[in-house]
Amino acid sequence: MSALSLKNLDVSYGETKVVHGVNLEVAEGESFALVGESGSGKSTILRAIAGLAPEWTGEISVLGKPRSHGVDRSVSRTVQMVFQDPYGSLHPRKTIDAALSEPLAIHGIGNRGERVEAVLAQVGLDQRFRFRFPHQLSGGQRQRVAIARALMLEPKVLLLDEPTSALDVSVQAEILNLLKRLRREQNLTFLMVTHNLPVVSFLCERLAVMRHGRIVEIADVAQLKQGELNEPYSRELLAATAGA
Amino acid sequence: MSPLLEVENLRVSFPTHSGRVEVVKGLSFTLGRERLGIVGESGSGKSMTGRSILKLIRKPGEVTADKLRFDGIDILDQSEKQMRAIRGARISMVMQDPKFSLNPVMSVGEQIAEALMTHQKLGRREVQQRILDMLTAVRINDPERVAKLYPHEVSGGMGQRIMIAMMLIPEPELLIADEPTSALDVSVQAQVLDIIDDLVTRKGMGLILISHDLALVSRYCDRILVMNAGRVVEECAAGQLAEAQHPYTRGLLAAMPVIDETRDELPVLDRTQWAGT
Repeated sequence: MSALSLKNLDVSYGETKVVHGVNLEVAEGESFALVGESGSGKSTILRAIAGLAPEWTGEISVLGKPRSHGVDRSVSRTVQMVFQDPYGSLHPRKTIDAALSEPLAIHGIGNRGERVEAVLAQVGLDQRFRFRFPHQLSGGQRQRVAIARALMLEPKVLLLDEPTSALDVSVQAEILNLLKRLRREQNLTFLMVTHNLPVVSFLCERLAVMRHGRIVEIADVAQLKQGELNEPYSRELLAATAGA
Repeated sequence: MSPLLEVENLRVSFPTHSGRVEVVKGLSFTLGRERLGIVGESGSGKSMTGRSILKLIRKPGEVTADKLRFDGIDILDQSEKQMRAIRGARISMVMQDPKFSLNPVMSVGEQIAEALMTHQKLGRREVQQRILDMLTAVRINDPERVAKLYPHEVSGGMGQRIMIAMMLIPEPELLIADEPTSALDVSVQAQVLDIIDDLVTRKGMGLILISHDLALVSRYCDRILVMNAGRVVEECAAGQLAEAQHPYTRGLLAAMPVIDETRDELPVLDRTQWAGT
């Protein structure tokens, strides 16, 4: 069974259609990357799966179950999202404890204190951070909190929207290691948006190259490593990275 | 020929509750008409270095230096009025994010014209021609149309090219580019840097490229300073970056994933070792 299955997915913002007929299967336990330039619709796909872009047609299934257009609690339990900017995605006036407890409160899950402690340990944050505010944390620590929040409901699938592009290289390395370890420990499925091909090479098994709202190529990471992408646009992306 | 920029023992400090904190701790370098890269992580003092050259650090921040000379002029001695004649005209700076650095209520053409006319008296027709030429030089295909657009109507990559056009139109001798491409896509990054590189080389300007991206800096610069916690920890020619000696530089290089990655885990910097950021 696929963890995520998109069939003929179109997504619009108002009048403008930004994703055109995307078909994608992500297997359970797989780590899949969407790459492409800004405006290619890669983040929009994640937002549609998470329920943040409700104007879509086609079919989105999570672990075999089709997703509705509205707010869907059963989907929130299995799919969670981590956003790009840890400075913008945490509520500035809520402590880390409050931010991490909120999903539990919404879903009526008890034992919150212990769960918060456990998840902080999982993402490698000391317990002393529990009652601090986001502004007292560095960018890397905040991204750990954002990942912890996504893990609170013990989801099966994580949607990662450029999780390290706002971070320094050495911090990026820490977060990438963390994501890799969490995936191994909890058998998570990743769907990650990025424009950094080396990150794909480190963390993912397959990738889809997107342009103008369409998938132009789906490839194995082995092909990426050997520079054997077929489409001209994919090769262009690869050249831009390899030269840098 | 005397160097374009001489910096000796530059120190920048800010007051905090627990006394003054130095963010740049005794930096020295000289720059000719060449391309210098300053690399470091957040908080390493690289942007503060760029800003102090333009005397952009406001009170309560404090800048001291044994020597901070641009083309023989002592920057620290200049009044605000004298600095205005230098900023833009002789030294200019490209900022990180075009979204926040362009004036949202002025058209692109007017903003570029303002940059030029602040420093030179020119006829209207000549100004118009210079703008169109400059936009063409930063590889904007349809300069007449783009000059009439407002910043929200252009993409990030085009916004950054417009900013470069604005900074280069008064023909400065030194360009400071502070993370000029970190808000841009990989595919556009290369284009923007190629444009900067091309213009800098053609006009024989000096360039200081400030970035956290080692690979990028080594590709576009002649010489690299690696900064950590306000100090230069390593200085080397761009081509020799791979043979860098300092453990901090080596750590940064190792922490970057590569395109044919085979490591299961990326090495992480041991921050305690440098008591850094």
